[in-house]
Amino acid sequence: MSDILKSLIEIVGERGVSNAPEELWFYSRDPGVLAPHKPDYVVAPKTTEEVQKIVQLAGRENIPVVPMGNGMSLAGLVIPLKGGIVLDMKRMNKILEVNAMGRYAVLEGGTSQGMLKAYLQKNHPTLRHSLPDAPPTTTIAANVALHGQGRLTNQYGFNSDMVTGLEVVLPTGEICRIGSPSIGPYWFSKGPTLPDLSGLFLGWLGCTGIITKVGLKLFPNKKFRDVELFVTDRVDLVPTMLYKLTHLEILEDVNVWFQPKPLMFLGNYHITMFFTGDTEEEIEFKRKMIWDALQEFMDSKDGGFMSVQYMKSALLEMPGRTIADFADVPKGGGFEYSGPIALIEHYPKYAAKVVELAEKYNVLYASAARLISGGHCMMFSISFAFNRNDPAMMARVEKALTEAMTFALDMGGVPWKPNFKEQKMVMQRMEPNALKLLLMIKKNLDPQGIMNPGNWEVTP
Amino acid sequence: MYELKFKEKVCATCPSSDCLLKCQYMSFTGHPEAHGEMMKVVKGKDSRVLNECVTCYACEEYCTRGNHPFYLISERREEKGMFTAPRPITNQWINMTAMQGKYLAGDVKDKALSCCYIPDLGPLGSGEIFKDVASAGVFGAEFMCPAVHTHFARMSVIKERLPVVIENYRKLGVKEVICLHDECYGTLTSIASAYGMEVPFKPVYYMDYLFERMKELKDKIKPLGITVAYQRPCSNRLIPDKLPLVKKIFKLIGVKAPKRLYQDENALCCAEILRSVSGYKLADDVQKRNIDDMLKAGAEYCVFNCPACQSSLSEKVSKRGLKPVHIIDLCKMAIGEKGREAVL
Amino acid sequence: MTYIRHIEHENIVHRCFRCGYCKFPDDYSDFNCPSYKAFGWDTFSPGGRMWLTRAWLAGEIETSPRFAEIMFSCVTCDNCKTQCVFPKFKDFLTDIFQETRAELVSEGRIPPGVRDYLKAVAASGNPYKLPQDQRGAWAKGTGLKPYTSQEYLFFAGCVGSYDEVGQKMAQSVGRLLVDAGLDVGILGNEETCDGNDVRTLGEMGLFAELALANLEKFKAKGVKNIITLDPHALNTFKKDYPALGGKFKVLHYTEVVAELIKKKKIKLKPWPVKITYHDPCYLGRHQQIYQAPRDILNAIPKAELIEMSRSGLNAFCCGGGGGNFFTDILGTAPDSASRVRVREAMETGAGIIAVACPNCAKMLTDAVKMENLEDKLEVLGIAEILEKAKK
Repeated sequence: MSDILKSLIEIVGERGVSNAPEELWFYSRDPGVLAPHKPDYVVAPKTTEEVQKIVQLAGRENIPVVPMGNGMSLAGLVIPLKGGIVLDMKRMNKILEVNAMGRYAVLEGGTSQGMLKAYLQKNHPTLRHSLPDAPPTTTIAANVALHGQGRLTNQYGFNSDMVTGLEVVLPTGEICRIGSPSIGPYWFSKGPTLPDLSGLFLGWLGCTGIITKVGLKLFPNKKFRDVELFVTDRVDLVPTMLYKLTHLEILEDVNVWFQPKPLMFLGNYHITMFFTGDTEEEIEFKRKMIWDALQEFMDSKDGGFMSVQYMKSALLEMPGRTIADFADVPKGGGFEYSGPIALIEHYPKYAAKVVELAEKYNVLYASAARLISGGHCMMFSISFAFNRNDPAMMARVEKALTEAMTFALDMGGVPWKPNFKEQKMVMQRMEPNALKLLLMIKKNLDPQGIMNPGNWEVTP
Repeated sequence: MYELKFKEKVCATCPSSDCLLKCQYMSFTGHPEAHGEMMKVVKGKDSRVLNECVTCYACEEYCTRGNHPFYLISERREEKGMFTAPRPITNQWINMTAMQGKYLAGDVKDKALSCCYIPDLGPLGSGEIFKDVASAGVFGAEFMCPAVHTHFARMSVIKERLPVVIENYRKLGVKEVICLHDECYGTLTSIASAYGMEVPFKPVYYMDYLFERMKELKDKIKPLGITVAYQRPCSNRLIPDKLPLVKKIFKLIGVKAPKRLYQDENALCCAEILRSVSGYKLADDVQKRNIDDMLKAGAEYCVFNCPACQSSLSEKVSKRGLKPVHIIDLCKMAIGEKGREAVL
Repeated sequence: MTYIRHIEHENIVHRCFRCGYCKFPDDYSDFNCPSYKAFGWDTFSPGGRMWLTRAWLAGEIETSPRFAEIMFSCVTCDNCKTQCVFPKFKDFLTDIFQETRAELVSEGRIPPGVRDYLKAVAASGNPYKLPQDQRGAWAKGTGLKPYTSQEYLFFAGCVGSYDEVGQKMAQSVGRLLVDAGLDVGILGNEETCDGNDVRTLGEMGLFAELALANLEKFKAKGVKNIITLDPHALNTFKKDYPALGGKFKVLHYTEVVAELIKKKKIKLKPWPVKITYHDPCYLGRHQQIYQAPRDILNAIPKAELIEMSRSGLNAFCCGGGGGNFFTDILGTAPDSASRVRVREAMETGAGIIAVACPNCAKMLTDAVKMENLEDKLEVLGIAEILEKAKK
């Protein structure tokens, strides 16, 4: 047995470490199209102190550490590009505190989205968090570390904007609290009015430290949730429609989607609008506001409301179980998407690009955009499904996604959860001083370059 | 291509103009104006009727002289490139109901039990009442009556698809098709006839079948002793001679349906299509008047004939304290096959 | 991808997205896959097994003790089938794991516990290695008579026949049926293992042997109706035996008892007690029988049935399915299924965990001891509870 393995067992016990071929094979890949790369060890800590000791060991031995939630980014963000230790954080899943009046929760980083949802439903039914559409196994820390979005993103911004404090193990092994918990017992602010240090970790994909605890904003859980679905075949009108809708300031979530299958969706762009209320009257009032906002498009016959009765339960379900269906359309268990953050006015151009790429690379597409912060921007997903048993199709999807990212950057978009290749594309275009600052931060926080190496690096 | 057999002379010499004067959604000052507007439609000219008709089908019933005013209005709208509902909704319906070879056909011999393209009809066409025909169910776009496209003024879709649907049934070798959807029976009788399409089998209206079966099962019937309001669907306007069946069935199973304002010829649309065509204001108004009327009549249950009406109104009538139920389920309740709770 | 090994459903294996819905109950309140809960590695989740099976079929990983441990730690509780979001292949998940295990059995590369279990059943007809002539000893004093031509055959199964906890369950059911006047008999020493768990462990040859032996006996004796103690037996009799020529009606004892109570053949006195009910996977998710046991417990005047947070379709397995009752691959750590489950039962405030399966009875009884809850929580078979509440 190697010394490293022995040391790891000393830290987390035998059931917390594996270097068996089975775990190494599994933890070397994610469900996307990027090539796998094996770690040397998979380690599952249960406490912050264990994480600290693992990082200190990695520092001494100069081996990489890749923190992982459920590995569902699809962009290969937890593929250990240079081997080393993959830290499966899911055993750190305690919900430590809910401050109901302060509307925040404090959780261990590996807590799953599903468990937080269930916990709030049971213990604090008037509160909710911004649940992403990703499967419920995905973790809170991973979601904020990659600037995830959720069902409240139109209303309140990126899920990372909802962080109210962090506990982080730095690449040098120190345990560090960020925001209000750094100076007192409360977890209500990640930065303001202090210098906001959370930016050193949020969006960094685990390259600057390991998030072991997260303070997270909770929001009112109204008694009723409802949904309306507007369709149009005029893509050029979509930005205006969205502008009118966001002007209402009543929508918790707005998604715009189009896909060629099943046939009923062909040729149309669908705007799904979610809204809430504590009374039937509030719901009806909001529904009328939504219809009134789009009446002009009905009058011109350019758009209309679909009856959502039969798909209502699927639309309102959180997380949406049917979303994963797309992966099985080519009967092959896979899809991956590029999700640039872009200006809403660019929607028509992005939409055209999706279809163009799908045709060019002969792959099946779907696209769903989510509005962010009441319409300042959107996440535009360019999704392609693939058959995992068809390497040629996977290669085509990879090329299509790279081209999609090039297009998004050309359009001034910002890539969401960029893979290591896309990060390079970003850095090549970044204003030199901004890049210098970025690399300086990385270098200072992680002088040995052991944290998720291969990501946010100039040379891999 | 099939053409609508519309008798211009019959319309030109109409003494009543009931087709428009009885309309619940358009107002006319009297016979001269209504007649004038209809003749504009007949001649292919612009008429406010083409803009204002909400596609409730009722004029097909109001015309007692054998003409087809509603089909004509829909033809003219399409000729002029007009849309009733928004264009993307219209096209969505065309796409959604396209034949893709994904139909289901059971053990069909002489008879088929048509479930149209409506999943809810499968469970309805089951149990003791349908025991002899339930295994002969057919379902899918291949067997769907395309009448819905009249709402969207796309008669070309009907002319293209209905012959294929008829041919699909013919290929099954059936002598009879029992239509669980009111609209299928209306399509295979009224629309097919209006366009001169031959139907090489006998369409059977499910309520005829239901009535006969309930008579056979008379010993099992325990009168329900409830008060109901009946929601008449738009497609029933295509087959007004079948309307009395509802009352006969009600009588057989011990159901009272007190007279109300919006019944029979004066029935109100379920309003789902109105919502799609013109927005929520008219739809909300129609639904409110309709449900108010049901409650005023003392109804406990709202009885449906069409699953689309049921889907559109169930939640709304429930919220007002009425129990929504399909007439087949009501019969199943009468023979003890279903409980008396609301069957959504 | 070209596979170098083959299983029946290999054309589906690559379709798993490993999204992980399969790990949860439908409210996501906790992990509901016993092996994932116990081991905590993604490889031990249903998605992990699907992906590893694919890698193994393709030769990207080799057969190893670890691979066998991963495959045999599945307790076949069917939670993954229930929760998987892919309707077009979800029904085959546990079939795939079973087929992989069958291949491992063929290769002779199976965990020692599995090997011992299969060997014992093959040699002794039961996993306890106990003599066949002791199989019917449990029935002494119950009033149950050897089966001749009675209306019902009561099938006790291996656990009911040999295990102490199982025997108590079998005896109470036997007495209850006899007292209620049911025309019922047992095979006693002539009974053979039903083979459900042998099949789930992938030993298809031995399973066929056991099933055919049982079928021959049922046929010779003219058995038309079987009441099983063990939901595992119920499952294989209903699901697998018909394909081998089995033509008889099978009921679980809770279904029969519920009916006897309805017909007032069993009369109950008030018993103010708080009971929680643990759904056995092979009765619930596998056979969709949820109501009968609850009807029985609700029929006890003044008894209060309190559901655990995971129940019915979402019930958490005791960890004993898929042969784990004997092979014990899940172990006894605090996160092992049976211990998690009794802690969950404690949260209800009930003093009794009602069980309807002898495997669950044994697993949960042991777990109550491990959790030091013997003073607070008692595990009782439903018939044992009824005996306490009988007039």
